[in-house]
Amino acid sequence: MEFKTLVFYFFSTIVLLAALGVILARNPVYAVLSLVAAFVGASGVWMLLEAEFLAITLVLVYVGAVMVLFLFVVMMLDIDPARLREGFWRYLPLALLVGALLLGEMTLVLNGDWFQAMQAPAAAGAEYSNTQALGRVLYTLYAYPFELASLVLLIAMIAAVSLTHRKREGVKRVDPAQQVKVKRNERLRVVSMPVEKEEDAAPVATAGES
Amino acid sequence: MMTLSLSHYLTLAAVLFAISIVGIVLNRKNLIVLLMAVELMLLAVNINFVAFSHYLNDIHGQVFVFFVLTVAAAESAIGLAILIVLFRNRRTIHVDDLDSLQG
Repeated sequence: MEFKTLVFYFFSTIVLLAALGVILARNPVYAVLSLVAAFVGASGVWMLLEAEFLAITLVLVYVGAVMVLFLFVVMMLDIDPARLREGFWRYLPLALLVGALLLGEMTLVLNGDWFQAMQAPAAAGAEYSNTQALGRVLYTLYAYPFELASLVLLIAMIAAVSLTHRKREGVKRVDPAQQVKVKRNERLRVVSMPVEKEEDAAPVATAGES
Repeated sequence: MMTLSLSHYLTLAAVLFAISIVGIVLNRKNLIVLLMAVELMLLAVNINFVAFSHYLNDIHGQVFVFFVLTVAAAESAIGLAILIVLFRNRRTIHVDDLDSLQG
């Protein structure tokens, strides 16, 4: 057996066992940790496919950001694991039926001659950079979709913040809109009054000294 | 079967997709695991994209995976935010308790 095949089986075993862990775990925290393992395994598989940039991105973005977010939320919420698994065994036959059906159909298609006959291209040389190749397409041909993707992320950020933001009671704060709207005459009043003479006050002061 | 072919990768993705379908049917009371099963499905699709991109020697499949990752990150952020708001308002995320629309 080729070494590459061995590596493939190693990583795909990790992915599949971790995926089973995600759906079967009693505790949601363990499910999240299994999902992390699944993503790391998939990253290894992508490395085999010479998609180095995406493999690293999967670990950085998914394991580093999204999964930590999941972990935060799971630990923040007060969940009763026993109640969440209600009906687990009742749904099991149906779930297995659906899964087996889907898997059977897919393997019938995927194990056809056409996919097996497809030859892998020769491994790229040391001077080939996957990141550079991806960036070259991303910033020219896909520049517009790239900007749209950044807009999607921005909207998601605004949505997440505005959904979870709440007004606190009993906190003293100034409304910035009212601060900006204020005019000069609302803050400062110029009073016209007669000029006071200096001489009127002076004798009193000398009298107090003597 | 000794050397790697495209159908190895496609079969891996198919098994992963089937596992996450089973997970969605099994854990339909558990919103968090449902979200995670959706993430697993997206991962399976991404494996297909990367495998085809490699075997057809076409970088555009990887660009698509890039966009799928973006949308998946946005989706999970908003989904978790909705879960938090739900929990704050109702003190529960059990699907059985969320029946106020049933009347």
